[in-house]
Amino acid sequence: MCLGIPGRIVAITDASRKLATVDVAGVKREINVACIIGDRAVEDCVGDWVLVHVGFAMSLINEEQAIETLRILTELGEAQQEIAAMRASGRM
Amino acid sequence: MKYVDEFRDPERAAVLIAAIGDLARSLDRARERPLHIMEVCGGHTHTIFRYGIANMLPAEIELVHGPGCPVCVLPMGRVDDCVAIAEAPGVIFATFGDAMRVPGSRKSLLQAKAEGADVRMVYSPLDALALAHENPQREVVFFGLGFETTMPSTAFTVLQAEAEGVRNFSLFCNHITIVPTMKAILDSPDLELDGFLGPGHVSMVTGTRPYEFIARDYYRPLVVAGFEPLDILHSLWLVLKQIVEGRCEIENQYGRVAPRDGNSAAQDAIGKVFELREFFEWRGLGSIDHSGVRMREAYAAYDAERKFAIPALHVADPKSCQCGEVLKGAIKPWQCKLFGAGCAPETPLGALMVSSEGACAAYYQYGDLEGLRAKRAANAA
Repeated sequence: MCLGIPGRIVAITDASRKLATVDVAGVKREINVACIIGDRAVEDCVGDWVLVHVGFAMSLINEEQAIETLRILTELGEAQQEIAAMRASGRM
Repeated sequence: MKYVDEFRDPERAAVLIAAIGDLARSLDRARERPLHIMEVCGGHTHTIFRYGIANMLPAEIELVHGPGCPVCVLPMGRVDDCVAIAEAPGVIFATFGDAMRVPGSRKSLLQAKAEGADVRMVYSPLDALALAHENPQREVVFFGLGFETTMPSTAFTVLQAEAEGVRNFSLFCNHITIVPTMKAILDSPDLELDGFLGPGHVSMVTGTRPYEFIARDYYRPLVVAGFEPLDILHSLWLVLKQIVEGRCEIENQYGRVAPRDGNSAAQDAIGKVFELREFFEWRGLGSIDHSGVRMREAYAAYDAERKFAIPALHVADPKSCQCGEVLKGAIKPWQCKLFGAGCAPETPLGALMVSSEGACAAYYQYGDLEGLRAKRAANAA
């Protein structure tokens, strides 16, 4: 729950509600991006690597960090758990 | 050094371990006990056990596992409240998976579900809000728990529910806040702590300023740490270096994710929706002043505490269960009589055995169980 998981924002689904599609290791789901937009337009966050916590992008990270973090989370067994929870929620 | 080969950069790990050893040897030899360094966050506890980090450290350093696993600090009475809401007519009770197996005084949410209550495991509070849209005749309640890491997600979800005019969604708010908890630990006479690894993802939201009192008023160093094994070693080295040099500062090893000022959008949402409670009860630690938040009056329509009759009874932890002492770091998990003898991850009696971030589950999964049993037998003799 607290470790989060890295993903890449691939599309904006609802700019007014700040919702976007994130790709986490090939699994896609809708997340809220309000915390990482800053002063930018919502559309500008497409392509960003982010740390996703319970359906919210909470921090911008770089691609190298994202890949390394995903590797560590996979070793810890956390990535599988998180992705399984995303899939089970069925909201992609 | 069983696991050091698994590190991304074993050479760097070896250098850090050697540097920690050098610093440890330069400590005052007259010390009567090892240095106690607490990792506050359950995510750190998990990494420490998974990579066997405690065993790589010199004898002068002992890691104390802190209370930073939100599921583990839920008192039984709070689980009973969840069950009572879940069993109310017309309710869909949505929760993170971690909370499903935490024992209540009568049953867990998982058992309530098996008996017919509509309990749904969700990945995000947004999924609970979607359930409210899909089930307009039902009342959907989301069980909000966690420290500042998860608080923004429930705050934003409530704000979204309000913006959409959803009337059948509410939050059972059980969020807890880190600073009063650390203060309570620092004030506890049972504990002698020499330094802290600060929580990385709480700090991502709050920034590092809220910890400044720890250095200023308690003269203890704190280093906000990332979750990779190298992050933990690096942060331990930074804490130790402060101790050896006689400094007490708040340092940030995880600046790549946790900026000094935290996340202002998240802080704004938290401030809008939540306010501090006078006190909040924790499993094992008792009641801690200002350690929880509730929903502000303006969001009463989304507050499950106001929408439902909640028993809110205090239920004492089972007598034989020593989660409290473990949470405070006063005993190690294997020193509890129930550890591995009745209390195991598949059949948890105490909450610390439920979550993979709980110290007991981590010891059980990655510790040397035979060695621990032998140690316990020797201690009892």
